[in-house]
Amino acid sequence: MDTQSYFPVQAGVGMEENFLSLDDILLSHERLPVRTECTFPRLGYLEKSSDAHDIAEGSKMELPLWLSKGLYERKRRVLSVELPKVYREGWRTVFNADPNVVDLHKMGPYYYSLGSQMLHFDSPENPDIAGTLLQTFIGRFRRTMDSSQNAYNEDTSALVERLDSLEKGLFRSGQSGLNGFQSWEKGQATQITASSLVLNYRKRKINDLQP
Amino acid sequence: MFCEKAIELIRELQRMSDGQLPAFNEDGLRQILQEMESLYEQNQSDVNEAKSDGRAELIPSIKLRHCCLLRNQRCVAAYLYDRLLRIRALRWEYGSVLPANVRFHMCAEELQWFSQYKKSLASFMRSLGADGLDITQDMKPPKSLYIEVRCLKDHGEFEIDDGTVILLKKNSQHFLPRWKCEQLIRQGVLEHVMS
Repeated sequence: MDTQSYFPVQAGVGMEENFLSLDDILLSHERLPVRTECTFPRLGYLEKSSDAHDIAEGSKMELPLWLSKGLYERKRRVLSVELPKVYREGWRTVFNADPNVVDLHKMGPYYYSLGSQMLHFDSPENPDIAGTLLQTFIGRFRRTMDSSQNAYNEDTSALVERLDSLEKGLFRSGQSGLNGFQSWEKGQATQITASSLVLNYRKRKINDLQP
Repeated sequence: MFCEKAIELIRELQRMSDGQLPAFNEDGLRQILQEMESLYEQNQSDVNEAKSDGRAELIPSIKLRHCCLLRNQRCVAAYLYDRLLRIRALRWEYGSVLPANVRFHMCAEELQWFSQYKKSLASFMRSLGADGLDITQDMKPPKSLYIEVRCLKDHGEFEIDDGTVILLKKNSQHFLPRWKCEQLIRQGVLEHVMS
């Protein structure tokens, strides 16, 4: 197993985000359908569809998650956030029926994380959403774990393409554990190898020099 | 929408998920700071107007701009911090002397941070045991004192502890002490041959 030296900040668990995590920042960039409950004077230029000077009350817009979270207040004077369709009743019954069939990469690559973040907006459906997220994960986990532990030295793109980003991370850890074990079995665990980081830098340098 | 440049910086880092260091995006950083300044100024004037004329309906807009300022701050902090994590990894993978093409990708403050990190690591290593312990060696459990290595490219002359000088030519094989070769193997100059 190649020793790791670069340890990025991990994504937060559940409803918490890690401030410095690159994954969490990219996750919170996802857009949500929103309805304003008050006016926003002098910010009309943010709405591409209208030429108004202000954003009127009751406008429907798409705002990124970070902005929706920042502006949302429980007393509901500012924003009301709609659930994206993957978390609504219709899709929830599909997930409850058979979680393994769904292509979670297409449903937004951050299905679990975004779903957990949606719980911040006090929708009356929160318990159902949370339940579905959990059951979907449980239903799919077995397959992800099995495939990551049994796919050795082969092209895994078919296995990985329908996974959400959280599941992809789990798949990668499984693969790295498998590869480490296999190399130990072959007696390669004590062989000093070139650092993969160094090799990647060299590859990049050669590519830079080529016209 | 605001904070588009900030997310671009983050994407730049995310693209290199193996830990490589991309060039320092000074331009991008400057644009983000300019955006923050203009948001702050707009907010200042709105706050003054809200306080003096009692116009409370400006408050949601002030809050929105404030969220954007916090978002930009978060992205910049995460960008700089992640770069430092990558630079720290360089000390462990490359050793204390970085190749020129990597140094070009670091800004002046990052170079300074790297040299201070090197010093902290060195003084820590010196404090261990009787005459210090090099913890950047033996990343994998050693099985023998001497190892068989093959040269992958010409590296010139190499002196070992008893004074003999070895010429490292491409494809030559040598039986050398492990502690002398580990650095060169990790840098891809030598290859550890298992019998």
